[in-house]
Amino acid sequence: MNILYQIGDYVVMVLQAFKKPDKGFVFRRQLLYDFKRLGVDSISIIAIISLFTGAIIAIQMAYNIDSPFIAKSIIGFSTRQMLVLEISPTIISLILAGKVGSRIASEIGTMRITEQIDALRVMGVNPPNYLVLPKITAAMIYFPVLIVFSIFLGIFGGWVMGSVTGLIPSSDYIIGIRSWFDPFTLTYAMIKTVVFAFIITSVSAYKGYTVKGGSVEVGQASTEAIVVSSILIIFFDLVLTQLLLT
Amino acid sequence: MIEVKNISKSFGGQLIVDNVSTTFDEGKTNLIIGQSGSGKTVLMKCCIGLYDVDSGEVDFHGRRFSNIPDKKRKHIRQEMGVLFQGGALFDSLTVEENIMFPLDMFTDMCLKAKKERVNYVLENVNLAGTNNKYPAELSGGMVKRVAIARAISLMPKYLFADEPNSGLDPKTAERIDELLSTLTKKFNMTTVINTHDMNSVLQIGEKICFINHGKICWEGTKETILTSDKKELNDFVFATELTRRIKR
Repeated sequence: MNILYQIGDYVVMVLQAFKKPDKGFVFRRQLLYDFKRLGVDSISIIAIISLFTGAIIAIQMAYNIDSPFIAKSIIGFSTRQMLVLEISPTIISLILAGKVGSRIASEIGTMRITEQIDALRVMGVNPPNYLVLPKITAAMIYFPVLIVFSIFLGIFGGWVMGSVTGLIPSSDYIIGIRSWFDPFTLTYAMIKTVVFAFIITSVSAYKGYTVKGGSVEVGQASTEAIVVSSILIIFFDLVLTQLLLT
Repeated sequence: MIEVKNISKSFGGQLIVDNVSTTFDEGKTNLIIGQSGSGKTVLMKCCIGLYDVDSGEVDFHGRRFSNIPDKKRKHIRQEMGVLFQGGALFDSLTVEENIMFPLDMFTDMCLKAKKERVNYVLENVNLAGTNNKYPAELSGGMVKRVAIARAISLMPKYLFADEPNSGLDPKTAERIDELLSTLTKKFNMTTVINTHDMNSVLQIGEKICFINHGKICWEGTKETILTSDKKELNDFVFATELTRRIKR
């Protein structure tokens, strides 16, 4: 029953969030603020992880493909496919669930326990609309940009590592990443990313919004936000893959 | 004037506010006093619409406010300023942005006019020149005064303050009391203050409601509170050695 109650409560909060903002310029100001805090501030961690992940995938592919009958270009192809289909949209989203999700839950949770959300309510402001909608919108717009960035960096990381170690000739790698490209795989990655962005921001915001107690409960909410978001990301990854790729 | 009519509020079957009726007068500093856990904060949160009442109603100048949809409350909310116990300033905004927030949300004033209003209310709370500071850079007393400035930025008709001088030293607490009393007169507001500080009671209590176990059991003024023969009130008022000495 508690889960049903929480789902209902979550839906009510999301519906409140998706009302027309009272003042357009206040919403736009919050949106720009959240672009920076949720998106721009995540670039460095995404860059590091993507670069290294791409490099590792390329080395593992090279290590596993030792048959002379398999062209070396398959390493580039496989690296690209893995990055586009799964690593960038899903794994990077899981990392963002940790970074961005905990930030949202703790920020909104702290606002709750310090009566800042009550202050918004008594002023006549719709708190989910003011606090949550810009975050959801910013993430749904900015996360796809981060994921495309991650794909490019991952592919670049694979090329750098292959060239530096001499495991994969540069020309073979480039032929590989240009082979058998189906643009729908990118569409699939973007659809997944947008759904995951919604899950991360709305679930984390809900966990923060419903905090009761003090700093210990804010910490718990932050952890729960990451756990629930991660589980939902993996679940919806399966659902979307089944729906879009079969 | 704010009229509270037969309000009751319970949580988990426990009655916290029990059939309370009173009025808070315009242009006066109205105090709700009582021990911790007596129900005064719940009563105030019922008055400002943060809690829906189980029964009864709250009227602002004859306009019903309790248990109606948020959309209908919005107009009265904009005539209301609230000072929370911890200030409840938005951490990510500067002092100026905090005070400007209600103006951004509910007025069509131009930026110049909004800045003039911010400076005007900051001068009223003796904090001119702190516009670009963040709440984390302010002392406890300054946070309270910025919160008062934000609460009065829309020139409200009604001002609510929940324990405005809790956690402050006696001198700063006295200044906050004086400030609230002065602003009440200056802007002719109906001010309602929750407190258990006897200094505040004796300094600014033009109308005092004593609440005990969720019920109002005495009403009067700062002039009559020391001479009442109500036992529960005397237990509260003369709880400290200092007040007992004053009585003797």
